[in-house]
Amino acid sequence: MSHDPGYNFAYLDEGTKRMIRRTLLKAVAIPGHQVPFGAREMPLPYGWGTGGIQVTASILGRDDTLKVIDQGADDTTNAVSIRRFFARVAGVRTTTRTAEATVIQTRHRIPEAPLREGQVIVYQVPMPEPLFRLEPRLAETRRMHALADYGLMHVKLYEDIARHGHVSTAYNYPVMVGGRYLMSPSPIPAFDNPKMDHMPALQLFGAGREKKIYAVPPYTSVRSLDFEDHPFRPHRADGTCAFCGARDSYLDEVVCDDQGSRMFICSDTDYCESRWEPEQ
Amino acid sequence: MSFPLLEAQGLILRFGTTTALDDVGIAVHPGEVVAIVGESGSGKSTLLRVLSGQLVPAAGQVTYRDAQGQPHLLHEMGEAALRRLMRTDWGFVHQNARDGLRMGVSAGGNVGERLMAIGARHYGDIRAQATEWLRRVEIDEARIDHLPRTFSGGMQQRLQIARTLVSRPRLVFMDEPTGGLDVSVQARLLDLIRGLASELNIAVLLVTHDIAAARLLAHRLMVMRHGRVVEQGLTDRVLDDPQHPYTQLLVSSVLAA
Ligand SMILES: Nc1ncnc2c1ncn2[C@@H]1O[C@H](COP(=O)(O)OP(=O)(O)OP(=O)(O)O)[C@@H](O)[C@H]1O
Ligand SMILES: [Mg+2]
Ligand SMILES: [Zn+2]
Repeated sequence: MSHDPGYNFAYLDEGTKRMIRRTLLKAVAIPGHQVPFGAREMPLPYGWGTGGIQVTASILGRDDTLKVIDQGADDTTNAVSIRRFFARVAGVRTTTRTAEATVIQTRHRIPEAPLREGQVIVYQVPMPEPLFRLEPRLAETRRMHALADYGLMHVKLYEDIARHGHVSTAYNYPVMVGGRYLMSPSPIPAFDNPKMDHMPALQLFGAGREKKIYAVPPYTSVRSLDFEDHPFRPHRADGTCAFCGARDSYLDEVVCDDQGSRMFICSDTDYCESRWEPEQ
Repeated sequence: MSFPLLEAQGLILRFGTTTALDDVGIAVHPGEVVAIVGESGSGKSTLLRVLSGQLVPAAGQVTYRDAQGQPHLLHEMGEAALRRLMRTDWGFVHQNARDGLRMGVSAGGNVGERLMAIGARHYGDIRAQATEWLRRVEIDEARIDHLPRTFSGGMQQRLQIARTLVSRPRLVFMDEPTGGLDVSVQARLLDLIRGLASELNIAVLLVTHDIAAARLLAHRLMVMRHGRVVEQGLTDRVLDDPQHPYTQLLVSSVLAA
């Protein structure tokens, strides 16, 4: 496959890609620490994952195989257009199979199939600062990170338990990386948090609007914040996938007729398909 | 006699042409309550901010002695160490509760914050301590999950005190903690501070322009004027037998009022 000769390979110019790669190296060297970068305008609106796209563009090589998911699915408009974009401007192979991909760009999910060494997962991040709702002053949040002064985050968890009897945060549940930096895992469900811990694959995070990149190197500890007497529990709807019968995957609830009856299906479409294909 | 917990000499600080501190020295011993009195603009708050590491003086030094008796030069210890000090050994009670409380966090969360900041990770324990501290500052424990903005001014100040004392600091700075409150509410708050400080053996550095409050609480008194300490000594001595003309004026104006 060859890429559209009207663009540089993977759209960004080589200078920009080098700058982003340098930022990525810094980010890998300080797991969980947000590194600012000179984000470029991309031919997509913010909110479409421009941060993730720039990271992907900077690390793609001609031999890579790219998978793009949005909410776990390969076939949503967002996922399809990003995949097509890279097929065109980089000419790389694309796939919907988690196992076949070398680079996976994602919004809101981590695939169910465990990732392996050599794979890279790129998260699209709308708001990289985990303390943002608690402390609106950015200079102050930087100081809190520098001093590992994270008591305030626990105050938030305390408030949740006092109010709801449990931690009510279901998405973007804050984690400690390498026992040092508090990090936003991006708006993935808390269900996916344990997958980040000691993951064999490299995890990269790109926030386009906020111009920040951060990373979790392979086999790094990623712990969801909790209390000793209120341990972290990854929540999952208590149901079974109507297509593949999975009881362990993250489920979406869908309305299936105009009577309003509902059913659960796997949010990870590739996982779901891989489970019923062999039986056909 | 024990070594001072906090000691300063030769403090000088200017804001433009205003000399807010003009060669000020002070010593505070463990468990001692020292009041700083003086008219508006005399440099009381500035002194407190310098002594608590929030402002760097143009000259002079501040020495803090930790629980092991080790002295530390405050303005050389670095921001991380200073912050740690501020949430462990020290506390600060502000005149305006808004500066000392998190208004969007429940009373229990406000009291628990310092515990969590120093590593408490057991929800039940944190809540039990918060409950106990609300009781100590005479706030109905049924209000533990209420936001401070639903509290009266006096209750907010009491909550601020609970939030500060929960981690058992050795030294607490208070800048006009009763300012802006009704007289009867003030009296009750002063009683509470006096009781807790002596029970827990906490040193307090109290800024006030209320001579009566100083007499009630303080073992020692410092009188400031135009950035200088014009007189200091045991509270009763200074108030009953003032030596400096300015102190005489201050005391007589209170008697007249
Ligand atoms: N940030 C600042 N910038 C400029 N001048 C200041 C600043 N803070 C204080 N000053 C000046 O320094 C002097 C001492 O002020 P300070 O606030 O310490 O007085 P104070 O004794 O606490 O008064 P009050 O009883 O009114 O609180 C005053 O002349 C004040 O105007
Ligand atoms: Mg003042
Ligand atoms: Zn399924």
